[in-house]
Amino acid sequence: MAALLKLESCKVRYGAVQAVRGVSLEIRKGEIVALLGANGAGKSSTMNAIAGLVPVADGKVWFEGRDITALAPEEIPVSGLTLSPEGRRVFGTLSVDDNLRMGAYAVRDKAVAKRARERVLDLFPILAERRTQYAGTLSGGQQQMLAIGRALMCNPRLLLLDEPSLGLAPLIVRQVFDLIKKLRDEGVTVFLVEQNVAGALAIADRAYMMGSGVIQREGAADDMKRSGAMVASYLGGH
Amino acid sequence: MDIALQQILNAAALGGIYALLALGLAVVFSIMGLINFAHGELMTIAGYVLMFCGIAGIPFALGVPLAIVAAALSAMAMERIAFRPLRNASGATLLVTSFAVAMILQVLFQNLISARSQPVILPALLGQSVTVFGLVIGVNKIFAIIATLVMLVALEAFMSRQRHGIAMRAAAEDFAIARLMGIRANTVISGAFALSGMLAGVAAVLWVSQRASVDPLMGFTPVLKAFIAAILGGLGSLRGAVAGGFVLGLIEVFLAAFLPASWQEFREPIGLALVVALLILRPNGLIPAATLQAQKV
Repeated sequence: MAALLKLESCKVRYGAVQAVRGVSLEIRKGEIVALLGANGAGKSSTMNAIAGLVPVADGKVWFEGRDITALAPEEIPVSGLTLSPEGRRVFGTLSVDDNLRMGAYAVRDKAVAKRARERVLDLFPILAERRTQYAGTLSGGQQQMLAIGRALMCNPRLLLLDEPSLGLAPLIVRQVFDLIKKLRDEGVTVFLVEQNVAGALAIADRAYMMGSGVIQREGAADDMKRSGAMVASYLGGH
Repeated sequence: MDIALQQILNAAALGGIYALLALGLAVVFSIMGLINFAHGELMTIAGYVLMFCGIAGIPFALGVPLAIVAAALSAMAMERIAFRPLRNASGATLLVTSFAVAMILQVLFQNLISARSQPVILPALLGQSVTVFGLVIGVNKIFAIIATLVMLVALEAFMSRQRHGIAMRAAAEDFAIARLMGIRANTVISGAFALSGMLAGVAAVLWVSQRASVDPLMGFTPVLKAFIAAILGGLGSLRGAVAGGFVLGLIEVFLAAFLPASWQEFREPIGLALVVALLILRPNGLIPAATLQAQKV
């Protein structure tokens, strides 16, 4: 089956520093794929490069067979994928409702945007309760829900999630992981960066292990789990 | 008591102009970190359009929208020509560029129009006064207060309800993430300049209505004041800009009215000292920008 997203030896540079040194990977439709690795491995840079937030210095990014390497970030949601960025980055001075409205900015059809909003409020009843509240006043977990909800507003076929569980209480972390599974069951392909290796491998189909800007291992999530000792030693536990 | 009330109206008229100008500066600053010192030249352009309309016999009611549109289009042209090539440059580079734009425009006005002050033909009504509850108020002041209120209400509605207004606020808070939602950088920045030009155009109409003349440096002083107002209110904060504008207008008008005659020559430094004192009490301004608050948390 053809890949939904395909990276061909992508590189990302910040000045003289090369954060990503030639990453190639493939995400197939209907999968949950995890990108694992220690801090500074280049995971977020890879995500940001796909979404157009940082330029791809070298290599190609293909989405649904189309070359999206050089697309501006504002073109990316139109093409059918979106990123929920690291650190949530909801618009704190906008209401929850307006955050969702901005998430659907790329959607031209009002009826489609309305349906997306109903679906998101259905998935996250807490957001429906706090619709008129400023996003900055939400708790961390609620802001994470909003960030994911906002990303879903443009009806992406591929959702990139960067550290969705970071800084959340264990109970909320479980909710977020359950939600990711639910999204996949609804037909959204998910590519996620996680430091919570155990949690990510529990829901993922496949995983890539990244270190020093390159993919060091890849495989089925179950295999990765079984060779857990190696993962643990590499990541220093968890 | 009556004098105080009279002065409050004067302060509202002057402060309203400062508020509109400070808002224009704040809209652009909040989105691209540029303090646009060529903002005053947008005012001057609007002033010259009013002047030419008067000479050409175009009625004032038509000249006003023409002047405002001219200022908005000039602001968009300014962004396209001078600032877009420097999109990711530092704030200092942008600031110096805006000085250059201001100077080039001033020289063009001096050489192409006139170095001297030119009269602007205004409707006779604007020079008259009306008596309301025993207060004598100039029609131009009433016009200024009403126009300011209308602009502020319209802008508030645009920023809080309209899709593009909300997108501007989103971009002001986190530009990269706003782009990730599909909000176009060029559209938002161009829109911010158009809005700031429109506000400068309205301010220019009000300013000219009280002076009946226009000169190449007309915009400099009010925009310098508006800059002080924007800092006083909290740089980058729209509500702060409005508050700063009115507070500065109040300080100026009350000092002019109530300072003893022998002190009048120190009016400006005393006014600025009050601004400094307010900033010592509230270093981030009267109503700090939300992004600044977020950083503090």
